[in-house]
This record gives sequence, C-alpha cells and structure tokens, in this order.
Amino acid sequence: MTSAIEVSPAKPAFRLTRALQGLERVVVPALLIAGWEAFARSGVLPPALLPAPSAVLHALGDWVFGLDETTQTYSGHWLRDALASALRVFAGFALASLLGILAGVAIGWSRLFEKTLEPTLQMLRPIPPVSWIPLAIIWFGIADKPAIFLVFLGAFFPVLMNAIHGVKTVDHNLVRAGAMMGASQRQMLTDIVLPAALPSIFAGLRIAVGSAWMLTVTAEMVAVKSGLGYVLWDSYYFLRYDIVLAAMISIGLLGYLSDLSLKAIMARALRWQTTTTVQGRAG
Amino acid sequence: MAAIELRNIVKVFSDKRRGRDLLTLDNINLDIEANDFVCLLGPSGCGKSTLLNIIAGFEPATSGRTLVDGKQVERPGSDRGVVFQQPTLMPWLTAIDNVAFHLKLKGVAKAERHDRAMEFIDLVGLRGFEHHHPSELSGGMNQRVGIARALLMNPSVILMDEPFAALDAQTKLEMQEELVAIWQKRRCTIVFVTHSVDEALVLGNRIVVMTKRPGRIREAVDFDLPRPRDITSPEFNDAKRRILALIREESTRLARAS
Repeated sequence: MTSAIEVSPAKPAFRLTRALQGLERVVVPALLIAGWEAFARSGVLPPALLPAPSAVLHALGDWVFGLDETTQTYSGHWLRDALASALRVFAGFALASLLGILAGVAIGWSRLFEKTLEPTLQMLRPIPPVSWIPLAIIWFGIADKPAIFLVFLGAFFPVLMNAIHGVKTVDHNLVRAGAMMGASQRQMLTDIVLPAALPSIFAGLRIAVGSAWMLTVTAEMVAVKSGLGYVLWDSYYFLRYDIVLAAMISIGLLGYLSDLSLKAIMARALRWQTTTTVQGRAG
Repeated sequence: MAAIELRNIVKVFSDKRRGRDLLTLDNINLDIEANDFVCLLGPSGCGKSTLLNIIAGFEPATSGRTLVDGKQVERPGSDRGVVFQQPTLMPWLTAIDNVAFHLKLKGVAKAERHDRAMEFIDLVGLRGFEHHHPSELSGGMNQRVGIARALLMNPSVILMDEPFAALDAQTKLEMQEELVAIWQKRRCTIVFVTHSVDEALVLGNRIVVMTKRPGRIREAVDFDLPRPRDITSPEFNDAKRRILALIREESTRLARAS
C-alpha cells in the first residue's frame, strides 16, 4: 500500500532548522562539561579529587584500548569488566523476568495463587535488595552467584507487579469475546490474556533492567572481585577518581544500551500499538 | 421448534452494598423463529442487554429456561455469534486474524484460516484493509470486522447489542443497509438490541417492545414492510406511530404509578 501523505524532500532551510534543533539538545551538556573542565583546571581543588573531563576520557580510553597504562592493571581490560557485569545483569534479569512473569500471570489469573502466593511476595517486596547482601554472601560465597541473586531480587518485583496489573486489567469484554468464539481456559490465557497484558509486562521489564544494573554494581562493590562496580570501588581505594568516573560513565552507557535494546524488542512485539491511524481514509 | 425459546426468564441483581435486590427481568417469555430478524426495543436500563447476555451465556438467569436450537444455554459458545456495542476486537491482531480467530482457536492452519476469513472480509466490504490493525481502522470499519467475525462461525443465531450506537448517523445508515443485505443473503437468525424506534423499524421483521424496569415484554409486533424500506413512506410512519404509542402508554402508566 502506498502512503497517503507524500513526504517532500527536505529543503536546505528546513535542514538548517533541523541541525539547530539538534544543537539545542547538546547545549546544556556541552556547557556543563566545559565548565567542569575549566573549574578542574583552575586549581581550586587538587586534580586528584576532581579530575577534569579530559582526564576521565583519558582514563576511559586507556581502560578500553590500553593506550598508555594510566589505569595500570585495568589498562585494556574494559571489555572483560563490562562483560562480567553485563553477564550478571543478564543472568539475574532473565531469571527475574521468567519467574516474575510466571508468578505475576498466575497471581493475576487465578484466585488460588492470589490468595496463597501474593501476601508472601508482597511482604518480601519492601525489603531492600541490598539488605540481603550478608545472607547472599553466606549462602552463595564470593562469586557470581550472590551478585546474580541480588540482581534477581531487584528486577523480580517490578516485573511481578506489572505482570499482575497487566493480567488483572485485561478488558473484560475481550474475555467475553473469546468465550463467545469457543476459547478454552488455556487458550483464553495464551491467546487473549497474555497478549493483552504484554504492554504492561514490557513496562515492568524496562523498570527491571534499570534496577538490575543498579544492583549488579552494588553487589560487585562488596561480594564480587570483578566487573565495573568492582573497578569503581577498587579505584576509590586508590584515590583514582578519574577511573571512578570512567566506571560511572560506562555503567550509565551500558544501562542506556540495555534499555534501548529492550525498547527495540518492545517496539517489534507491540507494533500493533504504535501504528499510525488511517481513520477517515476509508470512503 | 423455535430457534430461541425463552421461558419465564427472571433476572435479579443483588446490590450487596445497599443490601437490596433489583428485579431487572420479570418473567420474560419469547419464541424467536429461525431466520427471523428480531429487534429488542426498549429504553436504557430496561434489561434488553441483560436478556441478550443471558441468551449469549455471559450471565445466568436467576430462574427460567433459555433454549437455543432446543439446547439449554449454560455458557457462551460459538453457536451464538455476538456483536458487541464496542467492536471488542483483539487489538494485537489484524482485521483478517480477528475475523479468523475462531478458526485459530480450533487449530485450523493459517493458510486455510485466511482463505475462509477472506470470504467474510469481502462480505462486509473490507477487502484491502485485511492486514490493518484495529487502531488503524475507523469505528465503523472495526464494527464490520466484528460482524464478519460473528458470521464466520456460522452460528445458528447472531446476537447484536446496539452495535451501531457509537457510529455517526451516516455510517449507521450504511451499516444498517448492509446488515439487512447480509441477513437476506445468508438467512440467519438475528436478535438485535436497540433503543431507537427508527433502527428497529428499518431492520426488524419482528419488534419486541420492552417496558422499563422491571423489564417485561410489552408487545411483540410483526412488521413485514418490503425491503428496502422507505423511512418516509406512510406505512413506515404508521408503524412508527403504533410503536411510539406503545412506549408512550407505558411511560404514562409509569408516571401515574409513581
């Protein structure tokens, strides 16, 4: 089908406005970074306490590419550290998604699960995941497992809550329509309730992936000896604030990328939600 | 044997918060013959939708018997196609997949599903829009999908709950004409709930006038004006006057009673 609205090629003047609009977005960050650089170089604070953006970039570059070993033992090891953290995030997040969706759908769908399972889970929910660290270390030792456990705790509840909400708020009339067309209970769940709850489930997954990154770093600070969080905490002991900042930037970037990939998957799965309307075009 | 037999249907809704019961349907008896186009006509809150939901199996009657093709209605089923007031389509499915949803539930392969659904997409005039999602279609087009979906199940009766109420006047007229054409072509039994006297007279060959709360059947009027019906003809207006008189009589009786 051809599009009803023809898009004319951008005129030069239009392109210029577009470029200016693009500039608007970078004005504030550019000013902040320039101000920070100037302040750091002014010597009000010793450079060790407030590294300039250029120094942070230098540290990050060396950490990633191994330029001049300014980051010492970390030089050139960024990929290994990032991968260690990303795997923990992925493992904990995947586990939390699986169990969160299963438990959430069960609670939202069946009164039996709602009565038996939900009170316990809702009681566990307000306990900060970080407060599980001592137990996690006793149970799982110092390795990947306690970190994955903490990530799981942080990601599980947002997935759970949104899955419950999604299933409970399914349009009652869609269920009626399904019954009218002869859907069995199982088909009602898989063919109507689950797709209808999907937008809500995705909302939960997006919140959860953010929590997952927060918790993996926390866990790496205390319970693991690898990953971006570990580098961050270790560099703090050696007063290398340039590496601390480089680690913070790395985490922010990877968290943002995880959210972007989740958003891309969501856009594909929920394409029906975002399509443009052709209302009124039918004669 | 009538296609639908309603015997002494009573429906009481219990209002637990106020601790009282509301009699919504009071002893409804009605036979609907096969291939009839019956309009249930009544004011808002007269229980006509409740009656339709009882026939559909969405709600149980408090007492009484509901038979469709001689079988007791106990739950919803694909022998009774329902067209809802809102289109009530699966928003994640395209028009053709919505129409073919019943076949998917029965495990029919995709190619055959689409083949069979296309016939009904054509019937309701939606060729070219079969791969659009409901969010991309207008209200009238979505309601056509809903009608096609009900027809595809080849049900013995089609139950329609004010399906055109949310449409603009012009679309409504078009849809009414098309529905009559489909009914004439496919010979099915239709029970159509409406609060509009005009709509009932354009569509039905039997008009069941219901009274306000508690819902009772005031009168069932046969109406055999040839189609297409001219809504400005004297015969149409005579019938309209007769129906309006029934309704007015009812409201004065109520006014006197209160």
